[in-house]
Amino acid sequence: MSGLQLKNPVLRWIEYRLPIFSFLDHSLGSSYPSPRNLSYWWNFGSLAGIALVIMIVSGITLAMQYTPHVDYAFDSVQRIDRDVNFGWLIRDIHVNTSFFFFIVVYIHVFRGLYYGSYKAPRELLWMLGLVILILMMATAFMGYVLPWGQMSFWGATVITNFFTAIPIVGDSITTWLWGGPAVDNATLNRFFSLHYLFPFLIVGVVILHIWALHRFGSNNPLGIDTKGPQDSIPFHPYYTVKDLFGLGVFLTFLALVIFFFPDSMGEPENYIEANPLSTPAHIVPEWYFLPFYAILRAVTFDFLWIIDAKLGGVILMFGSIIILFFLPWLDRSPVRSSAFRPYHKWFFWILVLDCFVLGWVGANAPDAEFHGVPFVIIGQVATAYYFAHFLVILPLLGIFERPKPLPASISEPVLSGGGMAAGAAAKPMEKA
Amino acid sequence: MNRLFALGLTALLGLGSGAAQAAEGVAIPSHSWSFSGLFGTFDRAQLQRGFQVYREVCSSCHSIKYISFRNFLDLGYTPDEIKALAAEYTVMDGPNDDGEMFERPAIPADRFPLAFPNEQAARAANNGAYPPDLSLMTKARKSGPDYNYALMIGYPEEPPADVELMDGMYYNDYFPGHQIAMPAPLSEDIVEYADGTAATVEQMAEDVTAFLMWTAEPNLETRKSMGVTVILFLLVLTGVLFAAKKKIWSDLH
Repeated sequence: MSGLQLKNPVLRWIEYRLPIFSFLDHSLGSSYPSPRNLSYWWNFGSLAGIALVIMIVSGITLAMQYTPHVDYAFDSVQRIDRDVNFGWLIRDIHVNTSFFFFIVVYIHVFRGLYYGSYKAPRELLWMLGLVILILMMATAFMGYVLPWGQMSFWGATVITNFFTAIPIVGDSITTWLWGGPAVDNATLNRFFSLHYLFPFLIVGVVILHIWALHRFGSNNPLGIDTKGPQDSIPFHPYYTVKDLFGLGVFLTFLALVIFFFPDSMGEPENYIEANPLSTPAHIVPEWYFLPFYAILRAVTFDFLWIIDAKLGGVILMFGSIIILFFLPWLDRSPVRSSAFRPYHKWFFWILVLDCFVLGWVGANAPDAEFHGVPFVIIGQVATAYYFAHFLVILPLLGIFERPKPLPASISEPVLSGGGMAAGAAAKPMEKA
Repeated sequence: MNRLFALGLTALLGLGSGAAQAAEGVAIPSHSWSFSGLFGTFDRAQLQRGFQVYREVCSSCHSIKYISFRNFLDLGYTPDEIKALAAEYTVMDGPNDDGEMFERPAIPADRFPLAFPNEQAARAANNGAYPPDLSLMTKARKSGPDYNYALMIGYPEEPPADVELMDGMYYNDYFPGHQIAMPAPLSEDIVEYADGTAATVEQMAEDVTAFLMWTAEPNLETRKSMGVTVILFLLVLTGVLFAAKKKIWSDLH
């Protein structure tokens, strides 16, 4: 039931040979039916896509002026800030949009966790999203090294040292990653090259992610399938305009930070040029990695005799994301939305809190104390809880939780009490 | 609950590391600056005074390597004044057609000359300590301008009795670890301000800090004024989009 009627003969000529307009119409247009009850939590997917575009455009522009060499990188960034026309603006946009990108994506992920968007038949959609997240993290990490400040250098040193934890081949792999015996010019060069490449890999996986999304359409706050035309509305104009409004709000917050607090989420230490002979007092990753950093440092003891504390930390850190790939099978509850899961709803919020606690622990030195409790202890408890949530709580909830009764259809609660016929209400609005 | 919220916010904004740093140092008192706030701007007279302090006091040890003479147009100097200022300094140029390096008077396009030709020379002249470049100093420390100001006025007459200073070190209330290789740089009337402002230590510390905020971010004023326009535009745009959303969705509810 393609609703696309092209009046313009040129467009019709193109459409006949390359049906791109009907493709777009089916993807984001009036021929893409979406659940009528999507809340504003569903805005964050499109925001993530737009953040990716902003990152790529500003990044390509920065690359025209940036010099990936240990002797010139820091100075070239200063030149961008001082002498390149509006270079400061482009750099502030790139840096701060990266932070907002993570905020938006984390909200998008937790939205999926709350409403069970990872459940059948959307498991691959969820897993492709996790692949995007991992690619984003790699991209962000390498990007942070490029300005060649103190945190760039020491962050790169600490993170790449993870790989030395791998038994037997760890040291060789690390040397291979560095391109030499230490983080140096070869490392900076390859990080620049890969930092430029990875966003396009992300674009590729995003296309797969959207493809998988369109197979069954969006999940929704009720977590039940659409049962007929009365349950859905055309994506355009309803969700295009809603996404545009969300974009306006997003850009306003983004501009507020870019123009008035451009350094608020960065480390002052990175305004000091990298110096391999001077280690900063506290090496901390960017804030969006802090929870993972806390998990890494939570392991202070050896497992058995083959896994030492360092390797254990690395395994848990990567495991904290890998485990999410198994989420569709760890959560056995047939009900998607937490709105109808009286216990899962609370455990979800405890998990959110747990992630904040991990982030807070990651920002503090492990030997520091909070009211007499060492941060490393808090980090260990929070790490244990994180894994317990997925490995113990979710499987048990699937067995013991009694979900509330689900509504018969999406349109029933939305239109309950309304006199309007559901079918008529779902008719797309007249448009040219 | 408030604490939880604060924790969350701390984690979210990555300010936690600041708390960790503050834990080992002393809380830095906040100071009011003409350039802080959403509409803050530099005070040109203050920047010129600060430049004078930098030039007559700090520049004997500290460089501002990212600043060229031409940048001083921002401070309110005329092109002729800048040419004359640059001509007071000599810079190394070359090689010439005979392959020789030669000295010539600086021009506005030249960088402000470095205090020392290299780090080794700086250390040799300063008892092994390295006076850092100040171009980005107000951005390279937590609460940079406040810290910078506090550091300069933070030299007590006598160090606390229980402190044993290492050789060649001085006591500072705000420097991490309290032992700093820089002696108190400012003293009453160490400069004579051209505009007649009384050169107290606090006044000079404030002026030179403002100057260093400018060296760290010469575009600060452009950024803020452009920000006001952009935010106003986005507020209107978002309002229009909200109205459009309301209108389009009105036939659904």
